[in-house]
Amino acid sequence: MTYIAKPAVRHPGLGANDLGLHMRDYEGTISTLCAGCGHDSVTAAVIQAFYELSIPPHRIAKMSGIGCSAKTPAYFVNEAHGFNGVHGRMPALATGANAANKDLHYIGISGDGDSLSIGLGQFCHAIRRNVNILYVLENNGVYGLTKGQFSACADVGSRSKRGVPNKSEPIDPVALALTLGATFVARGFSGDKQQLLPLLKAGLMHKGFAFLDVISPCVTFNDHVGSTKSYLYTRHHGHELVPVDFVPIRSEISASYEKGSRTSITMHDGSMVRFRKVPEDYDPTDRLSAYEHYRSLQNRGEVVTGLLYLDPGGEDMHDDNATTPTPLAELSHEDLCPGSEQMDALMEEFR
Amino acid sequence: MQPTDVSNPDYYHKVVDCQWGCPAHTNVPEYIRLIANGRYTDSFWLNRSSNVFPGILGRTCDRPCEPACRRTRVDGKPVAICRLKRVAADLRDPTDNRLPEIPVVKNGKHIALVGCGPASLTVCNDLMPLGYECTIFEALPRSGGLMRTNIPAFRLPVAVLEEEIDMILDMGVEIHYNTRIDSMKELLEEGYDAIFVGTGAPKGKELNNPGRQEAADNIHIGIEWLEAVHFGHVDSIGERVLVIGVGNTAMDCCRTSKRLGGTDIKVMARKSRPYFKASPWELEDAEEELVDIVENYSPKRFVLEDGRLVGMEFELVSWHKDEESGRLKATVHDTEILPCDDVILAIGQDNAFPWIERDIGIEFNHWDMPEVDRTTFMTTREGIFVGGDAAWGPENIIWAVEHGHQAAISIHNYCQGLSLTEDRPPQDQNLISAKMGMHEWAYSNDYNPSPRQKMKHVELVRRFEELSIEVEMGFDPEQTAREVERCLNCDIQTHFEAKLCIECDACIDICPVHCLTITVNGAEEDLRTRLMAPAENLTQDLMVSEGLPQTGRVMVKDEDLCVHCGLCAERCPTAAWDMRKFELLIPYAGQEAACPTHV
Repeated sequence: MTYIAKPAVRHPGLGANDLGLHMRDYEGTISTLCAGCGHDSVTAAVIQAFYELSIPPHRIAKMSGIGCSAKTPAYFVNEAHGFNGVHGRMPALATGANAANKDLHYIGISGDGDSLSIGLGQFCHAIRRNVNILYVLENNGVYGLTKGQFSACADVGSRSKRGVPNKSEPIDPVALALTLGATFVARGFSGDKQQLLPLLKAGLMHKGFAFLDVISPCVTFNDHVGSTKSYLYTRHHGHELVPVDFVPIRSEISASYEKGSRTSITMHDGSMVRFRKVPEDYDPTDRLSAYEHYRSLQNRGEVVTGLLYLDPGGEDMHDDNATTPTPLAELSHEDLCPGSEQMDALMEEFR
Repeated sequence: MQPTDVSNPDYYHKVVDCQWGCPAHTNVPEYIRLIANGRYTDSFWLNRSSNVFPGILGRTCDRPCEPACRRTRVDGKPVAICRLKRVAADLRDPTDNRLPEIPVVKNGKHIALVGCGPASLTVCNDLMPLGYECTIFEALPRSGGLMRTNIPAFRLPVAVLEEEIDMILDMGVEIHYNTRIDSMKELLEEGYDAIFVGTGAPKGKELNNPGRQEAADNIHIGIEWLEAVHFGHVDSIGERVLVIGVGNTAMDCCRTSKRLGGTDIKVMARKSRPYFKASPWELEDAEEELVDIVENYSPKRFVLEDGRLVGMEFELVSWHKDEESGRLKATVHDTEILPCDDVILAIGQDNAFPWIERDIGIEFNHWDMPEVDRTTFMTTREGIFVGGDAAWGPENIIWAVEHGHQAAISIHNYCQGLSLTEDRPPQDQNLISAKMGMHEWAYSNDYNPSPRQKMKHVELVRRFEELSIEVEMGFDPEQTAREVERCLNCDIQTHFEAKLCIECDACIDICPVHCLTITVNGAEEDLRTRLMAPAENLTQDLMVSEGLPQTGRVMVKDEDLCVHCGLCAERCPTAAWDMRKFELLIPYAGQEAACPTHV
């Protein structure tokens, strides 16, 4: 790890966002992960996304469980709220926090171990409940923190650092999210920020459960020849199926429109996701079509990336449960606890 | 862009802004690190290897390094490079003498040098260790040239001056004081193997306004007056003094006047502050001593009463740019007579070569200056060399030193029958990794946010008591400790090997000033617009790598604001980035190739 603090200087040529904050105001402490870890790149992209969206740091809640990925919320937006919970239990924590205060921007950072092994059940139910959160799964195919055993998403035939091939079928988080009904399913690559940044921004602005799988190579235990989650493998087999631009609300969009560019989808808040290139027989708002495309490319051995499925319906857990418009956290004590007389009256109804 | 060729010493040299800006290419970051380690003596000798007069320059240098300093672009104020040099000179161990041995058996070549200023002294410094015999002819009774006569003792104590000059003279230089050379022809006839002219720019400019002749007793020419003060011929001045001109000589004149009885002293400038020639710090020091600096007053005439100077009339002017010529033009609004007892003219210096005959093969140009080759310093007559202010007009000490080094190389080659151009030894570089451990480097890479330390001065009342009281007190140990840490160690270069890069973006993500980008290659103008942060400082290079192995894109570094924290190298998993200490190898006379300076 690095011992010195990141110098407190910034490039004077870089401006401020709408809040008057600089990109460096969205940083956290210096990373203690291995040098070259893909997670650090995801962190950098997250910083840039929050900065460019001009989200006030104190309106952000960072949630994580256990693992290399779970450490990363410490490395971005120091001024945000955060909870680092038990292994695999981040979805429950995020659901609880979101239930209490739906007005914050929730970002959950998890890994393939945290989400697909110990926390698989939690992960599934958070999707099912459609919690309004951007759920980032930093996916490197190994348990880096315990020295590189295969994780549940390691591909069959992928070789460990010692050369042993994996024989178990992988759990595919993208396919899982598609089948479980996630309203936003995307995949990025930590080595391609140009693609990752709009995905993060769209995910943060999406209302409902936004799932973003990020291939994030483990530079120490899974970046060798034979690995299917290395920088080189991902670059050689990456297939950007549905490249998107995120067009924030308020911005001029007509000028940058290319003729004949395909679909653009308006999000619940008025911002837009513009699909730059979509294959002919593919509709990213149709779950079945997305699933078919994803599976067919995957069978050809390609690492499919892009915004694969989007349901801009704009409903989440709170809509399903018809909660109060005011976040629970902001209700007065009287409104939250109307007293024993109200309770008695309620009980009376059931007699 | 083509991949940057870092094997050319110029590329990394240019990154070390201070060293690139210094005419003598003093290895500034290294000497500052030595001071930081308490190795003052090593720091002094490292300094001396290139700039020859660390103690003198540490007080008086015009500091071309400081405006160039990268720290200015980072937090507004450069590192106090100059005054740190003084720390090394003041605190060195005087018994530790590392001067080269002077051969007892000489090489049979005899060099004559005219004038004993910094240029001539540097030539002797470089040639004496090679076995040359050097003879200096000096018109004044003392050595040092303008370093002695024009820089007042309150800025440069005589002891410091003499110590550093004597280091050279004690090498066995033969010096003839009070010997003005009146004829180059006669000097040539004495049969020297080469002649070096280091006579400076010894003639102060005149101001021939009405009344100049009649009031001559109370009108002084700045550099002559300073010289007279130095030799004790002048020890007083009137109470009200007008100094005409606003260069560094004017600053020395007004401050000297303060010490010789002047109480109401005004420096009269024709233009406004942005056009002043004086260094900002010299203006500051003069104003601290309550000297008035008056802008936009253009001298008109000297006012006399009963044959005696009583004042000077000025035109009050404003300036505007003439659209056609692009020059500044003055509009006169009013006139005003300012009463005064004395006037000092400090409006510039000229060269004067009445003693060089025009028919001996030395060509003179239309400014009546000898034609001197910019590389070899030789005139059109073989064997006669010119350096310092005598070559192309007034510069400053550090330029004279560099001229001396270059002239010495030429003189040596000339005397040894080598080509002055083709056989000039080239510069070279050493590049050594600064990596000491996993996250340890051979330099202090932690950024220190301290502001520039302020030089302490002797109290106002005390400093005027004597002309020789040095105003600046030098940095104290705490100030030194803080100031050395402000240095960004620009010589510890970010060295990149494209073939090792896996494009993980770690360096790009960690860089505090966003100076790194991985992108598709393009023309420079285009690349500059596509970087992480705008690269608008065109004086600073872009470093472009070869194509990266995985995607063929290139790594681009904008050198402008890099604080050399080394985090790119710390975060690099494959050591594609490394911090490498760059040492510019500067050749001096007699060296076939440049040698490292071992300290």
